[in-house]
Amino acid sequence: MTTVERDTAPVRTASGRTRHRHTPGHIAGRVLLYLMLAVFLIPVMFPVYYVFAGALMGSQELSAFPPRLLPSGIHLENIQGALDAVPLLRMYGNSLVMAGIITVSQLFTSALAAYAFVFLRFRGNAIVFALFLSTLMVPAEATFIPNYLTITGWGMGDTYAGLVMPFLAYAFGTFLLRQSFKQFPRELYDAARIDGMGHLRFLWTILMPLSKPALTAVGMYVFITSWNMYFWPLIITRSTEMQTLQIGLNSLKVGEYSNPGLLLAGAALSVLPTLALVIFGQRFIVRGLTAGAVK
Amino acid sequence: MAWGFLGPSVVIFALFLVYPLGRTVYLSLHGNDIIGRPNRFVGLSHFTEMASPEYVQVLITTVVFSVGVVVPGVVGALVIVLLLEGVIRGQKFLRGAFAVPFAFSVASASVIFAVFYSPGNSVLNGILYRMGLDQVPWLTSQEMALWSIVITTVWMNLGYGVLVLAAGIGSIPKEVNEAARIDGATGPRLAWDVTIPMLGPQLFFLIVISTINALQSFGQIHILTSGGPVGSTTTLVYSIFQDAFAYGTSDFGRASAQALVLLLVVLVCTALQFGVIERKVHYS
Repeated sequence: MTTVERDTAPVRTASGRTRHRHTPGHIAGRVLLYLMLAVFLIPVMFPVYYVFAGALMGSQELSAFPPRLLPSGIHLENIQGALDAVPLLRMYGNSLVMAGIITVSQLFTSALAAYAFVFLRFRGNAIVFALFLSTLMVPAEATFIPNYLTITGWGMGDTYAGLVMPFLAYAFGTFLLRQSFKQFPRELYDAARIDGMGHLRFLWTILMPLSKPALTAVGMYVFITSWNMYFWPLIITRSTEMQTLQIGLNSLKVGEYSNPGLLLAGAALSVLPTLALVIFGQRFIVRGLTAGAVK
Repeated sequence: MAWGFLGPSVVIFALFLVYPLGRTVYLSLHGNDIIGRPNRFVGLSHFTEMASPEYVQVLITTVVFSVGVVVPGVVGALVIVLLLEGVIRGQKFLRGAFAVPFAFSVASASVIFAVFYSPGNSVLNGILYRMGLDQVPWLTSQEMALWSIVITTVWMNLGYGVLVLAAGIGSIPKEVNEAARIDGATGPRLAWDVTIPMLGPQLFFLIVISTINALQSFGQIHILTSGGPVGSTTTLVYSIFQDAFAYGTSDFGRASAQALVLLLVVLVCTALQFGVIERKVHYS
């Protein structure tokens, strides 16, 4: 049996792509390309790697100089130590409650407003929408002092209500959902209305289920940004019991600054939920993040 | 009818966005007692005080920090997406890898970099030591501290830039690239003559958004340096925090004046963005 090898003609690969000829120049170009990518990728990924590697290192490994880059084994005492130093689990719960309430509320308020802008006829629709969009131009930091006075004046400092209140609505979600609702076929809407379906029922039973991708994009975006919030929770909470995870990380850093293992363990714990969202829900996140950048 | 649907949003915006702006103006024109209650009209003196060397330094630090974050962040993201264009297999995976830092909150990123920078067992100094280079006083020197925070911020934001520009490249019509290829443009020439000009709107969007984000940076400064050493990392937002909330001071008047300056700067940046988008719409 003989095999005949032909490498003169371009070969079609399984994916249907034509393979280029492997000239020395071409190969050198590829090598250079991957080398340059590595120059960027290594510093980007190193902190991601080290937060988990360092969290598992023993304290002697962490205090060695020059520091070690590979853990010798799995040491779980950092995680235990971090949980003992600051009530991180309680703070986990606080962050979850805060981000959860804000996300659900923004989806709800945004969907209602977007519905009005797309399906309801009222005077000044365009002007009101422009006013909605203009609220996005105000940096939150410029409103924190009066909001702090308002919330504490209502006796809501250091409560869940105080944590979430200013963020229950945000025009970004309205903007994205309006784009999505506009794609909905007008005839279907008219048909549903002629059949006597009320606005709320139509929104809840037909429009929302059909807008899941947009709702998911908004929801993930809102969840990650509110989970990561720092300035507002820092000023509005006082007691350790009400602090969010992000503020807990700062307490950990202030209290245990000489114990890098605990800091890295705390950071690793705090980043797990958003890391999972970014890795498994990236296409939705891309959609939320890049809205406005394209088109 | 419509107002019933708009109502919930409108109430929140009115209470926590519109009213605060009015109250900020009021506070900025008043002096206050030790617990922050406005007790006298002071006119524009909080604003004229901002011409003092202390506050001029804050504004300079803010500008240096913002430029320092935006330029490498945008250029880095651009180079990365152009390199990724050359990758045939695993392009999506690599793009995803570059986006991973987006998952890190400002607090977790700052805590990790605090370990990297710590004087005792600095990971970064360890790496420099192994490479035979000098140690760097990352957070302890007045000259270096701001740049250490810049590095942390660029790391946090790079993934966002990659995602925005990758989406922009994805929206370039295939015919444009094919036509350029037929004309013999490849690699760097294709990038320079075709891809970068076509990315104009996304690049501009990214520059404006990155600038606004940089102006609002707070957590990394609070966690890494608390504005020091000797005020060398005190930006406008950090200065607002210090005057209003830190060390038991409640100088809401002075902080409100600075908040209005911040608002003004951000408004100018956004107006710029809207103006250019408007122009872009007319072009196409």
